[in-house]
Amino acid sequence: MSFYFAQFLTGLASASSLFLVACGLSLIFGVTRIVNFAHGSFYMLGAYLAYTLVQYVPGSIVGFWGSVIAAALVVGLIGAIIEVVMLRRIYNAPELYQLVATFGIVLIVQDAVLWIFGAEDKLGPRAPGLDGIVRIFGEPIPQYDLLLVALGPAVLGALWLLLNRTRWGVLVRAATLDREMVASLGVNQSWLFTTVFFLGSFLAGLGGALQVPRVSINLLMDLSIIAEAFVVVVIGGMGSIPGAFVAALLIGELNAFGVLVLPQATIVLAFVVMAVVLVIRPYGLFGKQETAAHAAGQVEAPIRPASPLKRTIALALLALLLVLPFLMGEFALVLATDILIFALFAASLHFIMGNSGMVSFGHAAYFALGCYGAAFLVKYFGGSMEMALVAGPLFAGLGALVFGWFCVRLSGVYMAMLTLAAAQIVWSTAFQWQELTGGDDGLLGIWPSDWARSKTAFYYLSLALCGGGILLLRRMIFSPFGYALRGGRDNPNRTESIGIDLRAQQWAAFVIAGVFAGIAGGVYVFSKGSIFPDEAAIPRSVDALVMVLLGGVQTLSGPIVGAGVFRLLEDEISRLDYWRAILGGIIVGIVIIAPEGIAGFIKRIAVKAGLEREGETAA
Amino acid sequence: MADRMLVLDNVNAYYGKAHILHDLSFSIGKGEVVALLGRNGAGKTTTMRSIMQLVRPASGTVSFEGTDITRWPTHKVARAGLGYVPEERRIFADLSVMENLEVGRQPHRDGYPDWTVEHMFELFPNLSERRGNRGKQLSGGEQQMLTIARTLMGNPKLLLLDEPSEGIAPVIVEQMAETLLEIKAKGLTVLLSEQNLHFARIVADRAVIIESGTAVFDGSFEELESQQEIRDQYLSV
Repeated sequence: MSFYFAQFLTGLASASSLFLVACGLSLIFGVTRIVNFAHGSFYMLGAYLAYTLVQYVPGSIVGFWGSVIAAALVVGLIGAIIEVVMLRRIYNAPELYQLVATFGIVLIVQDAVLWIFGAEDKLGPRAPGLDGIVRIFGEPIPQYDLLLVALGPAVLGALWLLLNRTRWGVLVRAATLDREMVASLGVNQSWLFTTVFFLGSFLAGLGGALQVPRVSINLLMDLSIIAEAFVVVVIGGMGSIPGAFVAALLIGELNAFGVLVLPQATIVLAFVVMAVVLVIRPYGLFGKQETAAHAAGQVEAPIRPASPLKRTIALALLALLLVLPFLMGEFALVLATDILIFALFAASLHFIMGNSGMVSFGHAAYFALGCYGAAFLVKYFGGSMEMALVAGPLFAGLGALVFGWFCVRLSGVYMAMLTLAAAQIVWSTAFQWQELTGGDDGLLGIWPSDWARSKTAFYYLSLALCGGGILLLRRMIFSPFGYALRGGRDNPNRTESIGIDLRAQQWAAFVIAGVFAGIAGGVYVFSKGSIFPDEAAIPRSVDALVMVLLGGVQTLSGPIVGAGVFRLLEDEISRLDYWRAILGGIIVGIVIIAPEGIAGFIKRIAVKAGLEREGETAA
Repeated sequence: MADRMLVLDNVNAYYGKAHILHDLSFSIGKGEVVALLGRNGAGKTTTMRSIMQLVRPASGTVSFEGTDITRWPTHKVARAGLGYVPEERRIFADLSVMENLEVGRQPHRDGYPDWTVEHMFELFPNLSERRGNRGKQLSGGEQQMLTIARTLMGNPKLLLLDEPSEGIAPVIVEQMAETLLEIKAKGLTVLLSEQNLHFARIVADRAVIIESGTAVFDGSFEELESQQEIRDQYLSV
């Protein structure tokens, strides 16, 4: 019994840090409507900064706490600077662009931390004066943990006072409800947003700094805490501080006790809880349906069939692809194969995102399931490549069928979070189920059949499957099914009121997108000969998003252009040091300069050249 | 020129590709109450939003007290002394009545009435009883009063009222008319968009009628009275 109580206290202690990160995330989302992927990076920065500062004042109580507070303040300042320099420019961009842009910041911070602090894990000192243990019911409890247990409710109380008893707090709460109205009443939103960002980042930095005496500090902290913080914020309800507190306790305890039952699968447990909560309460425990945007919704131009000129360009491209092996060497063919695979992967994401308005932040799940499905058939059933290329997409489709059932019940940010959660489940399963997937070592030796073994033959196989897949997806966009999905994207209520079962159609679209991502995955695994859990990880999902974004969400040719550019770019820069930071910078730059993507950007230039009409868009 | 407080000069505004305001020009003198009349979709709300720079005019200028405020950020426009009461009320539903008023509070301006929370409760006695209630617990009429009170807390020089009588019980509309006359007596300039001609002529000195985003009539209510065809053509009912 006493052991369980000790475990309970441990859960509370970790819940406090989680709450600090999650409430900042929630606060920022509430006011700016930005889901800040970089919030985990602030947490990591806080830990590294505090660790560094503490080195200068060893053993002193004042020095230790001074370092913790100073680190948090610096992180708050960095957050405010990032808000002013970058995020301020994208408040009016669609939420997807914002998510991707903040992921760009994640990449930049990762490389900055690597450059400044080095790659090795850091072990900080215990907190002076709190380095002992207390015996509760005979079980040893670190004094420091008790402090953290008390800190969570203290911060909750302080935030409550700040939000309810100060003018600043009233303005923040008003801005959460109606930003435009707040501006109409003479409140400078920029100033409000920057201060909120400062506070949110400060709390994340504090959460990280407080971890210094407890855990080893490493470069993976950012994404692991952000995934958990997303779960907490979504369970609690986006924008709700008390919700974040309750959810942090729930997840903290779930982790503390889950470890006893399923030591390998605590992440899966957390995500399962989140999925269940979202299905029962789609806006989280304390959340409310998002207030409808007051600014007139942007109307997307209808998608038109290709003009004769575009058809000619497409045919010319196809002809070029057909003769490519006669023009290029083997290395270029491998790259071209890669581009084909990723073009299909991006096109499948575009199918649900651009055409159907469903934002998936975890599309890598289906790519990876396609990979693993194909690999399992070869490894465990002695199947041939031909059979595996069928098994992969089926496996991915099955995954999409299950996850999709949950996901299509939600929309917007919540849907993005749930798809991310689904991808994390796939990733952690692949990572932890060593017997089946080989874990981190992956599955090796999955090679094509003899006839497809040459680079040229495999290239043609990829061209047939991926090119065919893209054309098929395009065909569906121009079918009544595609119209229904676009109807759902533009106005769900009207679509349903003319008798379309939108949810069923969206579910079908989700499964189809999964199957096509699975085809891409199947081809991919045979092109590489191996598969690792990384294929399901967050960065892979972001890759797909970036490809779609690069090409432009509203343009059909976008995913193809995007995949081509992205792959070539990655091939160039991945040879450099700190290429993550460069990629991150490029992502942020694209979102700021050309939010409509490359294809869309070219289109806009063309429109400008032909028909100059300034200031057409409503604010 | 000096008494022309707000001037719209050839303003063009769009929603996306839809051209809403076409070369709209009119002006309001200091201390005047002007009714902006016109049918649904004539562009009344867009006019209000263009003045507040919530819709950025594509061309033309909006000037206030001789200063060009076109393309200013909205909060700056508000701080210059323009108080906006939007059509759909848009009170902060989760904030209490007191907190709603607090959001609107701005420093006092010399030569203009200095509104305090107490004044608001004198002007709108119903709100006084509900000061601790949340915005969403108020009735439609009370919400409308709260939006006006909230905007007055910013001590505006000019009040933009977008269809204040819409969707409100006739008794409350009458009460509102009295309140507006009180506000007018304090020397506030008002631009009032209305469909209710009866309500408009009680409180307003002058009428501007717009149709398809262009001013088609600008004159006194007596003139409007004598021009039957204008009323038939541009005003419903």
